[in-house]
Parts: sequence; structure tokens; C-alpha cells
Amino acid sequence: MPMLEVNDIHTYYGNIHALKGISLHVDEGEIVSLIGANGAGKTTTLRTIAGLLTPRQGEITLNGEDLIKYPAHDLVYKGIAMVPEGRGVFARLSVMENLEMGAFSRSDKGEIDANIQMVFELFPRMEERQKQVAGTLSGGEQQMLATGRALMAVPKLLLMDEPSMGLAPILVEGIFDTIEKINKEGVTILLVEQNALMALSIADRGYVLQTGEIVLHDKGEELKKNEMVQKAYLGME
Amino acid sequence: MNIKKTYRDAWNTGWTAGIVALSISALGLAELFAKRNIVSGVITMGQVMVFIVPIVMAYNFTKNLSMEQRKTGPLFGAVIGATTAIPLVLLIIASTLFNIRDIFVNVSPSLIELLTFGQENAYLGGLLLLVSMALLSYLSAYTHQLPEKIKRSLFTGLITILLVGMFSEILTERIRSIFGAIFGSSVGSAIVRFLFKSKAIQSIPAIVVFAIATYVGYRKIPKTEEEKNKSKRAFIVDGKVQWKTVIPLAVLLLILPLLLGTYLSEVTNNVGIYILMGLGLNIVVGFAGLLDLGYVAFFAIGAYTMAVLTSTGPLGLFGMSFWLALPICVIVAALAGVMLGIPVLRMRGDYLAIVTLGFGEIISRLAISDMLKPYVGGAQGILQIPKPSIGSLVFTKPEVLYYVVLAGVLLALFVSWRLRDSRLGRQWMAMREDEDVAEAMGINLMKTKILAFSIGAAFSGLAGAIFASKLTSIFPHSFNVLISINVLSLIIVGGIGSLPGVIVGAAVLIGLPELLREFAEYRLLMYGLLLIVMMLAKPEGFVPSEVHKRELHATDEDFVAEAGD
Ligand SMILES: Nc1ncnc2c1ncn2[C@@H]1O[C@H](COP(=O)(O)OP(=O)(O)O)[C@@H](O)[C@H]1O
Ligand SMILES: [Mg+2]
Repeated sequence: MPMLEVNDIHTYYGNIHALKGISLHVDEGEIVSLIGANGAGKTTTLRTIAGLLTPRQGEITLNGEDLIKYPAHDLVYKGIAMVPEGRGVFARLSVMENLEMGAFSRSDKGEIDANIQMVFELFPRMEERQKQVAGTLSGGEQQMLATGRALMAVPKLLLMDEPSMGLAPILVEGIFDTIEKINKEGVTILLVEQNALMALSIADRGYVLQTGEIVLHDKGEELKKNEMVQKAYLGME
Repeated sequence: MNIKKTYRDAWNTGWTAGIVALSISALGLAELFAKRNIVSGVITMGQVMVFIVPIVMAYNFTKNLSMEQRKTGPLFGAVIGATTAIPLVLLIIASTLFNIRDIFVNVSPSLIELLTFGQENAYLGGLLLLVSMALLSYLSAYTHQLPEKIKRSLFTGLITILLVGMFSEILTERIRSIFGAIFGSSVGSAIVRFLFKSKAIQSIPAIVVFAIATYVGYRKIPKTEEEKNKSKRAFIVDGKVQWKTVIPLAVLLLILPLLLGTYLSEVTNNVGIYILMGLGLNIVVGFAGLLDLGYVAFFAIGAYTMAVLTSTGPLGLFGMSFWLALPICVIVAALAGVMLGIPVLRMRGDYLAIVTLGFGEIISRLAISDMLKPYVGGAQGILQIPKPSIGSLVFTKPEVLYYVVLAGVLLALFVSWRLRDSRLGRQWMAMREDEDVAEAMGINLMKTKILAFSIGAAFSGLAGAIFASKLTSIFPHSFNVLISINVLSLIIVGGIGSLPGVIVGAAVLIGLPELLREFAEYRLLMYGLLLIVMMLAKPEGFVPSEVHKRELHATDEDFVAEAGD
């Protein structure tokens, strides 16, 4: 049984039919990438899984349990955490306060402290900047913080929305390295990206999303070789 | 940047200041305020209002000069001062040449007298004005060359003397009665005669007061960073209550009505009621970030509940005692908060503001409506609300009622303070910053929002209940949208999210206008001016909350973007 199973979901914004029957699954321990052009519905898919949007039709299950019946704020207790599009760090709080907020769903002070240390090991920069106000961090640092904050919930499944957006190419590589590291620590990852090359390189499997529908699904390496993907997303002729 | 350009900038700034000073004069503000003397026979508030313009402008202009231009700073200040005087001098000269009152009704002989220091000759008077403005602006700019400590203590002295002068009339009465009560009325009168003359402080006492205030100010300014931090959280340091600060403050709060007398106690009680409302709205707007413009509704609900429960008149239903009714008022207001909270759950920002505005209007319409007239009295309101009492002691006088208000304010302060640092406080904070992220973190937005609305409403209900009992009768027109605006303004002026800010904001926006009654017709104008000046000069408020300060200064070069531990 897959860890996350999304079956034929339809999500609307008012009358706009944004997701037209999306099905995908993520197995435990995998990195799965969801790629697609701007406006394809990647964010909508993630937000639907995270419970922030309710699909009109379809099923979402986590280890066989129906997720749709839970409000968004219960999902963190089911082991799902999200790094939102555009990072969404609490700009007026310090790095440390952001991390502490990330552990809102947990209560064991000792474990939380240990987790903070773990995040600092993953992102030494965050330790240096722990007192700095998050809004004054650079884009790359904010991405680290948003990721670290999500990890503070000790998720089993991490949903990441375009972590490479707006970052300089050198930083992008670092971000993807970190994603692999996090995955090796045992966190399953569903990654949404426009940067198809990087996203497919680290992914076990990938899905290609086009105007609210999944048009391709294969192993990451295979998708990279796919002619249509190469044309549309990798800029190759 | 070259010197020439800076001179040109100073000249331009001077013209701006000149236009402002001219407006203050031509609108009649200067003359009106001239009725209040500051230092007997020397300066009036009217003169202060005109002169403060170039002084502040010169101060601000020279604050951020580059290193090499700093030495020339006072000269730039003098340019600003002299330029400011030009439109005023032209006004003075024009007033001698033709009948300028045809255009500016307010340019009266006494205004001209005020501007020329009583000089008969308009040209000489104008020159005097120009030179004195230039000189004062020079001095104002010069303060930047003084050590920071001396500069700040001089300001303390100046502000003290301004306040003492402005409120001489009240001080006269207070000193006479306090010293009279202790040493006999002849001593009291003698002291007053020595200190004050025609509702203003005399010159020599003024100098003494200035000197003392400056000295005390000098001693009080924290020297080291450590002391600074200490004075910031004076009540509790490292989890230990600082009795050295708490006890004197407690004693002061307890004997305050004795010092204040009837009139000032009444003013304090009004301020206290607004502090209560401010603390409540601060939870909704400051902590939870929900813009509520209909906050007066809960104040009205608290007041009407108190009225209906306790009134001995025809509309009173139960004839309850104040104390029994009080918690019921709070609960009813809190429930109303839940009722408002549920329909607006999905709304944010401006939509929320409009809907809450509507809610406030609905409540005040209902209060005045014919439909509810049999219950709440329509436009005639509800009369014969008893004052609070314990046994045979009735809290009639403001000095006694003060303790009820004080208890309410202390309770609300304590609750706010505990909530801010609680888990719920963190939920509000996360929700305020980003609703989606907060939800994904496991925060139940619905519960969090409704709790903010209902706790905020409860405070306001408490304020309303005390208000009703204090006035003994209530009318629907007392509960209009201006109250919501006032409360919101006082939070902003004090510093959104800051608890001491609420107190300062209420004192400035509610207390000061009460003390400046004779200028009541200018109240809204002053209000607007103060808000504009605040937003330009100190947008984070008088006593900013930690978080807010960071946001507004995160881009300042001299602000180290570090949040304390
Ligand atoms: N809040 C919204 N209201 C209406 N339409 C929206 C909203 N958010 C996204 N959409 C639409 O839904 C589609 C998918 O958007 P999105 O999921 O953000 O795409 P992606 O993340 O792949 O760029 C787009 O056509 C977009 O215009
Ligand atoms: Mg997107």
C-alpha cells in the first residue's frame, strides 16, 4: 500500500476547474517530483493534499486512512508538513522563533531542542543567524528556514512547493542536495518544481502536470529522457 | 553631497515649515492656544505651536547629516528658521498695509501681537520674529552636537516645563488643596502664589523646575546596555518580581485619587475605560491581526446588559447589584464576540474591516430602534442605573469609582500579558503572520479567531458595564463608530500589540483632550494631525512592541537586525 494515495481529485476555485481528476501516489521513503509549467496546478495539488483546499470529488488517503475528512490543522498530527510556495517564513519573528513555531504540534521540550540541533546541523547558516529577523534573511536562507521549520514538526511526509524558485543557480544545487539528505533521514518527499531537470534528477519517480491533468508518469531518469519532457521542460530541441 | 545643495534643501524645508506655521496662524489655532500661558508673561501655548514647527524641522533636518556637514548643522537650522519666518513676516507686513481680515478672518490684531512679541512697529516685530526663529532653530540643530545624554536630559527638562506650564491651572488647584490639607490653607495659597501667576508658572520657578527635571532626566538615562535592558522589563527580571519597582508603583496607584482630586480622577476613569477597551482590541488587532472596526458594539452590549440587569427604573428587569451583573455583562459580550466571529471566519483584511464596521452599526441601530424600544428605551436610553456599592458605601465620587476601574484595568493587563506569552498567544501570532502556514502547523484557525474575538469582546463588555454604572444612564448615541475609531487610534499611537502602548495611547488620545477642553472644537483636527505626524515620525507607536519594531526598522542601517533572546 502506498503511503500517500491521491485518486481522481477535482479541485475548483469557484467556477474554475483547476484540477481535473488527478491521481498519484507516493511510496514510503521515496522522492516524487511533480513538474509542470506555471499555472499547471502544482500548488493547487499540494494545497489540496495539505487540506487547505477541499476537492469536490476524489479521494486522498495516507496509509489507507481517508485524509479529506480532517481539517488542515489536524494533518500535521498525521505526519504531513508543508514548505509553502514563496517560503512563507514569519517575517517579523527571529529564525529561532520560526523554528519553535514549527514545533507547535509537539510538546516535549527536550525533543524539540534536539530537533533544533538537527536543523542546525542540516543548515549551519541557521545556527549563525538564529537571532536574526527572518524577513531580513536572503532568499536562499529563507528557503532553509522554511524547510527547517517544516522539519520541526518531524513529518513522515514533506510537501515542498518550488523550493528553488527565485534562487541563484549555485544555491539551487545546495537546496536539492539538502532535499536528498532529508530523504535519506527517512522523510518521504513530494516535491513540486518548475526546475524539471534538478527535480527529476533526485526523484525516484515523477509526474508531469499540464492544465490540471497528469499527462506523464515514469521513473525520474526515464522522464528526463522523454522527448516531450525534454522539449517542454528541459529546453532541449 | 555638497554644502550648497544642503543649503538649498534647508531653504526648501524652511518654506514647508513656513507654510505650516502660516496655516497654524491663519487657521486661528495659534491665537486660540495663546489663551493658555506656559510661562507667565513669557510664552503662551500659541507661540509654542508656531515656533515648534521650525524647531522640529531643523532638528529632523540636521539629524542625519553626513559627517563632514555635521559641523555646519546649526547654520542649516538657522536657515530653516529664518525661511520659516518669511511667510509670517509677509503676513505681518500685509496686515499693516491693507485689511487682510477680508481674506483671513483669523488674522486678528492679537495674532499679530503674538507673532511680533507685542512690537508696535510691524517691521521691527517681523525682524524680531525672524531673528528669534533663526536663533531657536540654530539651537535646536545645535543639540545634535551635544553628547546624547545631555541632549536627552535637556529634552526631558523642556517637555516637563511645557507640560507644567500647559496644565498650570490644574496644578494650581491640586497644589493648593494637597498642601492646604497638610499644612493649612494659608501655606497652600502661599506656595501657589509663589509658583503660579494667572494660570501659568512664574519665570523663576520655571527655571528651577527645568533645572530639576533636566537633572533627574540626566540621572535616569541608562548608561550601559545592561541597565537599558533592565529598565525595559522593570517589573520582572529573570522571573523574579522586582519589588523595588512594584511596591512604590502599587502605593502610587492606591493613593492616586487623593493626589488627583475629583476632576482629574474623573479624567483618569475615562482614560481607564478606554485602556480596558484598548487592551481588548489589542488582542483582536494587535495579537491576532484581525482588523475590527465595529468594536464599539461590545462596549454597547456590556453597557446595555448592565443597564437592563441593574436599573431601578421601568426598563430594569432584575434590579441586580453591580457586582452580580458585572460577570454576566462580560459573558454576554464574550458570546456576542463569538457570534461575530463565526460569520467572519473566512474573511481577511479589508473585507473583515467592512463586515465588522457593519456589525457595529447594526448594534447601534438596534439600540436606537423602535423594535427594541420596549427593552432598551430607544433614543431615551436607560436611566436610573445604580452606581457600584459595597454595603452602605456607594461608589459615587470619581475618586472611589477609580478603584473599580483600576481593578478592571489591572485584571485586563494581567490577562493580556499572560495570554501574549501563552500557547494561545503564539497561535495568534502565527495566524497574524500567515494563516495558511499556521494551519499547516496544526493551528485551528477557527478556534483561534473566535477566541480572539470573544476575549477582546469580553474586555470591552467589562468597560461598557463600568461605563454604564458610572454614568447611571446610557443613551444610544454614546455608542457610535467614533468610539471604535478612537480605540483603534489609541492602539496605533501607543504601538500595535504593545501593552504599555495601550496605556500611553489612551493617556495621549483620551486624557490630553479632556485636559484641553477649551480647544474641544479642534479636537478632531488635532487628532488627525497627531496621527499623521505619528505615522511619519514614529509609525511603530510610542511604546512599540518588540515584533512590530523589528518590522519597521528591519531596513534601517543602524538597526541591527537581531531579535533579543
Ligand atoms: N486563489 C485562486 N483563485 C482562482 N484561481 C486560482 C487561484 N489560485 C490558482 N488559481 C488558478 O488555478 C490554476 C492552477 O494554479 P496553481 O496551482 O497555482 O499553478 P502552479 O502552482 O502550477 O503554477 C491556474 O490557472 C491559476 O490561475
Ligand atoms: Mg505554484
